[in-house]
Amino acid sequence: MLLNTLLLALREIRRNLLRSFLTILGIVIGVSAVITMVTLGNGATLAVQQQIAALGTNLLMIMPGQRLGPGRSSAGAPTFKEADVEAIRQQIGGVHVVAPQLMSSVTLVASGRNWSSTINGTSNEYFISNNWKLVFGRQFEEAEERAGSAVCVIGETVRRELFGAASAVDVLGQPLRVRNFSCEIIGVLLSKGQSGMGSDQDNMVVMPLRTVQRRVSGSQRVDVLLVSLQDGSDSERVKASLTHLMRERRKLSDTDEDNFNILDTRQFADAMAGTTQVMTMLLGAVAGVSLLVGGIGIMNIMLVSVTERTREIGIRLAIGALEREVLLQFLIEAVALAALGGLIGIALATLASLALSAVMQVPYVFDAGINVLSFVFSAAIGVVFGYFPARRAARLDPIEALRHE
Amino acid sequence: MSGTPGEAVPLIRLRGLTKVYGQGQAAFQALRGVDLDIEAGEFVAIMGPSGSGKSTVMNTLGCLDTPTGGEYLFHGLHVERLGRDQRALLRRRYLGFVFQGFNLLARTSAQENVELPLLYRGEPAAARHRAARAALASVGLAGWEHHTPAELSGGQQQRVAIARAIVTAPEVLLADEPTGNLDTQRSHEIMELLWRLNDERGITVLMVTHEPDMARYARRIVHFVDGRIDSDTRNPEPAALADHAAEAR
Repeated sequence: MLLNTLLLALREIRRNLLRSFLTILGIVIGVSAVITMVTLGNGATLAVQQQIAALGTNLLMIMPGQRLGPGRSSAGAPTFKEADVEAIRQQIGGVHVVAPQLMSSVTLVASGRNWSSTINGTSNEYFISNNWKLVFGRQFEEAEERAGSAVCVIGETVRRELFGAASAVDVLGQPLRVRNFSCEIIGVLLSKGQSGMGSDQDNMVVMPLRTVQRRVSGSQRVDVLLVSLQDGSDSERVKASLTHLMRERRKLSDTDEDNFNILDTRQFADAMAGTTQVMTMLLGAVAGVSLLVGGIGIMNIMLVSVTERTREIGIRLAIGALEREVLLQFLIEAVALAALGGLIGIALATLASLALSAVMQVPYVFDAGINVLSFVFSAAIGVVFGYFPARRAARLDPIEALRHE
Repeated sequence: MSGTPGEAVPLIRLRGLTKVYGQGQAAFQALRGVDLDIEAGEFVAIMGPSGSGKSTVMNTLGCLDTPTGGEYLFHGLHVERLGRDQRALLRRRYLGFVFQGFNLLARTSAQENVELPLLYRGEPAAARHRAARAALASVGLAGWEHHTPAELSGGQQQRVAIARAIVTAPEVLLADEPTGNLDTQRSHEIMELLWRLNDERGITVLMVTHEPDMARYARRIVHFVDGRIDSDTRNPEPAALADHAAEAR
């Protein structure tokens, strides 16, 4: 009987193609909105994770000042020294590399053009800790680091803005003017693109720490210590021993609060990804409401359809259709319509997600879960919103129904 | 099917049948005690003015409606005691309906319309197609299987409706003003068809009509007035026989 009823319902859908299409439009839009939102959200989450992973895996950043938060500031906290780098390298286990960092905003001049950028005074370890590859050229030589020579490695954005058409290999050996001195370009970094926060990671010039200390900032300070962990080492344990070491080196008594803080990029990445996931869920929920509205649309049309087809229901009852057969027919019709809407919605969502993720430059992540869930949900909507009209149809009096005009 | 042993139970037996619509002051007594026996194979025309109760008795005979009082025995079975679904099963198994307004499903081919009762019986597709084609052929509509009602004339639509009614090989065919929407020529063709179904296949035909010309095809004419049987007469020479006799002369 079920198979027959299904056949009847499908025949009914085919018989009224336009009405069927209008009925499921709400479901189609609802399902495709939910899936597209969730898929794009997942893509964005993945993009954030990838970009932060590109920063360097398992990277700890030690910065002066108390933990960030309301009412706290880094003002007055002592900076780090170059000797701190060596101390960490020798006294903390589970550490891969340690790099100092001293940043300064400058205007660069080369081949008659200006460009605002950031100078990053550091060591060769920085390329390892932050996952930078060179397209051309070389890293610093030990003598250059020691002497604070005027050499630099430039990011892709700097190369493009200052040298334009000149290829990476052509800019090697070219002079780059920074404030009152000129330095030689010895390498070009492989582009990383935007960071998870949207800033351009390639707009940067890397120089030996001493060069920046002596020629740009004019001090012995180090802004940030980058600590890259060995694979599989416990970041919490390393953080604890780093805290202990730094407190000791900065001569803090037991009652003093930390005047530095350690940022775990992995935690940071998790927090960022968490935010995107919450956004995804919110957008998905809003789209879910439209799916519900689609369900009400189905009920609406099904009720109209019952009234419009009263006579037909009368014929079926007179011919010998049982109450439950009519109920089932209308219910299956609603469910089949809703499920069909779900399928079309899934197809549409796949197309929309592919197109939008290409436009928004986020990876396309197929999520089987949300596709299945949306489909099941749309079918369930068919049951819920189809039941009331179906019951109304089944309870019609055949004589009244046959007389209906 | 139970019956009193020894007594030949007619196919249909009405005893003291009453029907009241509405309640209290607004109550309307449509049937005021109807006794009627119909044997298998009869062709009965039910006539009477509007409000005489002929449609009510037809709906009751068709198991679409239940009486307020009295008994309706079909094959000795007390129909008045059956529930909605049981009556539906009875209709499905034994009865075929033809209506004044044809009542075909719109935008549905003749073939599919005729197959509808078989769908509810759960017949397999091949058997359905075969039976529907045969039924259409027997009403003279071979070759019209794929036309929708909109593409058929009134007479052809009523033929499709008759094919739908007989496709299940019912024992009783109930026709409610089957020629009410047709011109005289088509009306006579439809009556010829009903006559043949009765005469050749032995299907019991119960027909409501207010046209004496059409009632002439029946072997028996029952007149209703004010919810009671006014007259119940045999028709010694049904119209179709008379025509054949005329042709023979």
